[in-house]
Amino acid sequence: MAKMKGATVVDIERCKGCRLCVVACPLDVLALTTKNVNQKGYNYAEAVKEDTCTGCCSCAIVCPDGCITVYRKKEE
Amino acid sequence: MTREEIIREENLVYKKPELLNDVPMHYCPGCSHGVVHKLISEVIAEMGMQEKSIGISPVGCAVFAYKYIDIDWEEAAHGRAPALATAVKRLLPDRLVFTYQGDGDLACIGTGETIHALNRGENITIIFINNAIYGMTGGQMAPTTLLGMKTVTCPYGRDPKLHGYPLKITEIAATLEGTCYVTRQSVQNVGAILKAKRAIRKAFEYSMQGKGSNLVEIVSTCNTNWKMTPEKANQWMEENMFPFYQLGDLKDNGNK
Ligand SMILES: Cc1ncc(C[n+]2csc(CCOP(=O)(O)OP(=O)(O)O)c2C)c(N)n1
Ligand code: SF4
Ligand code: SF4
Ligand code: SF4
Ligand SMILES: [Mg+2]
Repeated sequence: MAKMKGATVVDIERCKGCRLCVVACPLDVLALTTKNVNQKGYNYAEAVKEDTCTGCCSCAIVCPDGCITVYRKKEE
Repeated sequence: MTREEIIREENLVYKKPELLNDVPMHYCPGCSHGVVHKLISEVIAEMGMQEKSIGISPVGCAVFAYKYIDIDWEEAAHGRAPALATAVKRLLPDRLVFTYQGDGDLACIGTGETIHALNRGENITIIFINNAIYGMTGGQMAPTTLLGMKTVTCPYGRDPKLHGYPLKITEIAATLEGTCYVTRQSVQNVGAILKAKRAIRKAFEYSMQGKGSNLVEIVSTCNTNWKMTPEKANQWMEENMFPFYQLGDLKDNGNK
């Protein structure tokens, strides 16, 4: 089966740092920032192991604020 | 493959629902209300009903739902959403009419309106967000608060001798002649969210087919007033809410 490669884009200013996407990702791709905050002062979600992302959308589906856009492409 | 090669329009698999407005929602981080808003937005768009849907928003944390989902809305007085929905649906029967109510709004001040609208078999859907607490006003006990659960108005835990027993409106609704579809769902993980979405879709469709009233309870969290992280609140809900508020369909007369 062809492997899927995914990538996520987080709307940083919309993110409230709830961490539910981090918990939902089966591959620990996401983490909250530890140093940076958005304009509201929240630590926001970012991909720290993006190479392993499969584009499964779990993170985006659970995000209560609709902050995550997911792209997926078959590996050639 | 580079990130740039993946992030292209043709590879898009998930984005914020189109009917969910760009304005940030005021809900606390991790609140279940946001997830349910997304599902309603997706279902209405998938049904092609964006120009024909009218939501009735409650008093409670979801009071501003009308700012977040890009359809027509009415804002009801506390607990009166099912009465308003009745009027709207009777006047405009070709519209998809639903209420969106918390447990304080629906199962306390609005118990009468809720039960009678359901019993009359109005062709509406009631989306019932049960977080077992009055979220908006700072975490007071609701009729749905679990026995032993601590809130600011029962700081030693809900005691049946003093506060009575938690009310299962959804079980009551299932016994009413007027209801078509009565279900209890949740939105704490991907599987639950997809199921809840199918339930909302089914309820909306039955309401448009004139099959009677539909109730979709979503067992939810209020991490702020439960004083937990969103992650812990989901676990607490699974451990404490689900044994009492059991998930699944209680009634489905849609194909009868
Ligand atoms: C007539 C009236 N009584 C009381 C209130 C105060 N009040 C506002 S929201 C609310 C309860 C909200 O709880 P719930 O419906 O469970 O919604 P949640 O915030 O938990 O989503 C109450 C009692 C009010 N606004 N109007
Ligand atoms: S799309 Fe799937 S694998 Fe990628 S970050 Fe989200 S949850 Fe993790
Ligand atoms: S689930 Fe959404 S709001 Fe919560 S941390 Fe992740 S991106 Fe941010
Ligand atoms: S108070 Fe509770 S129900 Fe209201 S937005 Fe915050 S977490 Fe959600
Ligand atoms: Mg509530």
